[in-house]
Amino acid sequence: MHTLSIKQMTEQLKARTLTSVALTQHYLDRIEKFDGELNTFITVTPELAIEMAKAADKRLDEGNATLLTGIPIAHKDIFCVDGVKTTCGSKMLSNFVSPYDANVVEKLKAEGMPILGKTNMDEFAMGSSSESSYYGPTKNPWDLKAVPGGSSGGAAAVIAAGLAPMATGTDTGGSIRQPASFCGITGIKPTYGAVSRYGMIAYASSFDQGGPMTRSAEDAAWMLDAMAGFDERDSTSSEAAFNACSANLNDSIKGLKVGVPSEYFGEGLNADVAKVVKNAIAELEKQGAEVVEVSLPNTELAVPAYYVLAPAEASSNLSRFDAVRYGYRCENPVDLEDLYTRSRTEGFGAEVQRRIMVGAYALSAGYYDAYYLKAQKLRRVVRDDFSKAFQNCDIIVGPVAPEPAFNIGEKSDDPISMYLADLYTIPVNLAGMPGMSVPAGFVDGRPVGLHLIGNYHSEAKLLNVAHQYQQTTDWHTQVPAAYK
Amino acid sequence: MTWEVVIGLEIHAQLTTKSKIFSGSSVAYGAEPNTQANLLDLGMPGQLPVLNQAVVPKAIKLGLAIGAEIGMRSVFDRKNYFYPDSPKGYQTSQFTYPIVDKGGVVEIEMDGEIRKIGVTRAHLEEDAGKSIHDAFPGQTAIDLNRAGTPLLEIVSEPDMRSSKEAVAYAKKMHELVQYLGICDGNMQEGSFRVDSNVSIRKPGAPLGTRTELKNINSFRFIEAAIEIEIERQIEIIESGGSIVQETRLYDADKNETRSMREKEEANDYRYFPCPDLLPIIITEADIEAVRATMPELAGEKQARYETEFGLSEYDAALLTGSRQMAEYFEALLAKTQDAKLSANWVMGALSKSLNQNNVAIEDSPVSAEALASLLARIQDNTLSGKIAKQVFDAMWKGEGSPDEIIEAQGLKQITDSSAIEALVDDVLAANTAQVEAYKGGQEKMFGFFVGQVMKASKGQASPAQVNGVLKAKLNA
Repeated sequence: MHTLSIKQMTEQLKARTLTSVALTQHYLDRIEKFDGELNTFITVTPELAIEMAKAADKRLDEGNATLLTGIPIAHKDIFCVDGVKTTCGSKMLSNFVSPYDANVVEKLKAEGMPILGKTNMDEFAMGSSSESSYYGPTKNPWDLKAVPGGSSGGAAAVIAAGLAPMATGTDTGGSIRQPASFCGITGIKPTYGAVSRYGMIAYASSFDQGGPMTRSAEDAAWMLDAMAGFDERDSTSSEAAFNACSANLNDSIKGLKVGVPSEYFGEGLNADVAKVVKNAIAELEKQGAEVVEVSLPNTELAVPAYYVLAPAEASSNLSRFDAVRYGYRCENPVDLEDLYTRSRTEGFGAEVQRRIMVGAYALSAGYYDAYYLKAQKLRRVVRDDFSKAFQNCDIIVGPVAPEPAFNIGEKSDDPISMYLADLYTIPVNLAGMPGMSVPAGFVDGRPVGLHLIGNYHSEAKLLNVAHQYQQTTDWHTQVPAAYK
Repeated sequence: MTWEVVIGLEIHAQLTTKSKIFSGSSVAYGAEPNTQANLLDLGMPGQLPVLNQAVVPKAIKLGLAIGAEIGMRSVFDRKNYFYPDSPKGYQTSQFTYPIVDKGGVVEIEMDGEIRKIGVTRAHLEEDAGKSIHDAFPGQTAIDLNRAGTPLLEIVSEPDMRSSKEAVAYAKKMHELVQYLGICDGNMQEGSFRVDSNVSIRKPGAPLGTRTELKNINSFRFIEAAIEIEIERQIEIIESGGSIVQETRLYDADKNETRSMREKEEANDYRYFPCPDLLPIIITEADIEAVRATMPELAGEKQARYETEFGLSEYDAALLTGSRQMAEYFEALLAKTQDAKLSANWVMGALSKSLNQNNVAIEDSPVSAEALASLLARIQDNTLSGKIAKQVFDAMWKGEGSPDEIIEAQGLKQITDSSAIEALVDDVLAANTAQVEAYKGGQEKMFGFFVGQVMKASKGQASPAQVNGVLKAKLNA
């Protein structure tokens, strides 16, 4: 049942040959069976899921269901869910039960999607391997020795192992696309502002963006249509009308101009990964797309700029976790200073502390111009690269990550090499443009994704290309042997 | 004078809005602790600020009133610091690009001379919450009702040279924000807070090290605090010491200032643009729209009162001294159509009662409408001015409308000429000696007869008619 497409599931639900309760229970059973070894969930919410499934069945019975009514979902633990523990992967929020729903959660609840639980992630979304979670690392269903990527590693593994048909993720520097690539699933980071950040715990506000993580482009299109749209509670939410993504999936890509940036195929890219990506590009050509060379000359500036700007914002965003109103509090503080210092030292993990310190440093008097302002300038330079490239092509393609999933522990002591895992994804966040990862093959049994990058508000185009690619390939339908 | 005093003020004016600057919580004063703090005000994870657009035209109004440049693109920044009543760990303020930019000037009058005080900038920001140290023994309580209240921080140039100038400027700004209707000016409730930066130097020397006197809630105390701080600084410097840059608290009971921070920490607020908020973009059309709603300000009003109503400069200045006073006067004038009569009553009987009872004009028990109906009885000769004051006192005490009081006390003016003639005849008959004296050339006696007639009528006879009848009879 867990290998069906969302379209097939909804058809059965509408025909009432399948109930939401049965479907939901099926996933709950799989979670029960597999989550122990994978560590994909921080919190599982079986009672809530079944209760919501019953309500969904009632709507289906009464004929007032919407497209996704009855399809269960797993939310990344960065999204606030009313009455449910919301930890953001941190000890700091280990006791935090959200008093409200994030906009995304609200919207998907309104669709009638039963909530299976909250997925594991790098602490406060800071990481590329899901190893920085206070709740332990998530494992890659394709190879338990491998990381699932991060920070939305729990969500990616959940989809790959068939523990949920759909999952939410967030992407600040690649946190949807990189784990999607590592786990062989489909994930899209929309244009900044397309999905509301209300109720999504902030890491780096000017980059953070929620998006769908699913098995196929078609599933993702349906989910994004339900997630996106203007929200007056998020001042950076895009007022531009969101283009429905599911309508254009079947358009032909004949004549599509596919830009290939040479900078994405340089030193550091694993040769086998390059081969997978080139094969995927050849497949698009076979369907009538036209390959053009483009240049993104400032690509190498993106990672350093990001690792100034994102920590700067994070250092301020995470200041609210001060042990005063909610969250972890140290034992027996002797005074205010002690309360702050010990609660934050004990409540935050090493990577979070590292980024808070880097960010505070970059903003401090005397260094602001040299770091923060300089990085803002680089951000514009990187964005301008994309705008220029899109004058000559419709989409840009390349690798998502320089290599397939690495082993657990392999990079956890080497932050710089961990940061470079996001070399191809970060520039897209700097520009605020949409990007997605589409399963395109395997290297040594570990999945590899194809990176599709679009101009602002071109989600429908990306999903159309991805869907067409998935019509002639079957990488996205493959399931790891242990989770069939 | 060997020392020159240099003072600059930072004034926090709470903007008159219903809700907070970035959340929908009410800003009403005096609610139970934390009942006006929603998820955003509590700094919950995932909460996002949304600008209350009502603050924008209010800030523009101030900018236009002081002739400052308007920041066409102003940006909210985060001022990062940890304190329990700052729930997000930062205050959202405007640092690099304020909504009211340079060029503002406020004129104050000192000993008959006009002094121009520069306004550096004014920026929008949110207020912090309140730490309450005396509610629970050994513990500090936090009330976040005030957190997020919209403030306009108005920063002056260090242009003031005495405590009196500082207070004159503060009062002028206080009057201005109320005239503009952007702040209620209530200092007791903290709607208008003045921080004074004080330093001394030898004339012509560079600026000395300043200290900041914070949150003093009356003009009298501001003056006293600055005075005492100047004395303290002079004493320190003249005895060879140096001033420490710090925030000092004024103790009104002991009339002294003392250091507020136990240890001086170099604060680095790590300002940077708030990524959750968009810049405020103001167009020329926006400014014109605000300009069209600008109220008449005190100076303009005063000039108009002088030219249009023929009031003296002194009277016009007094009547426009506060927006509330001017509003009362104008409401009264609208009914009486007599500027001089209205002015005399507002500045006379009404002001006297207000001052004696320490009542603000907007809370006057005698409304402009009620006073107008009293003055109507003067205008139609029902009452003399003197009796009208008697009626006014009764109205102040809440004894009813003018007509009810006139009726109840039988105060109607006697205008019947035969009745007045009878009174005059009685008085002349009873004072034959004085009549002889008058006729013998002692014309000053005339006032005596008027007084006697008025007395006989218990003050109710029309003085004009009494004059006429007396003149006719005595000169016959």
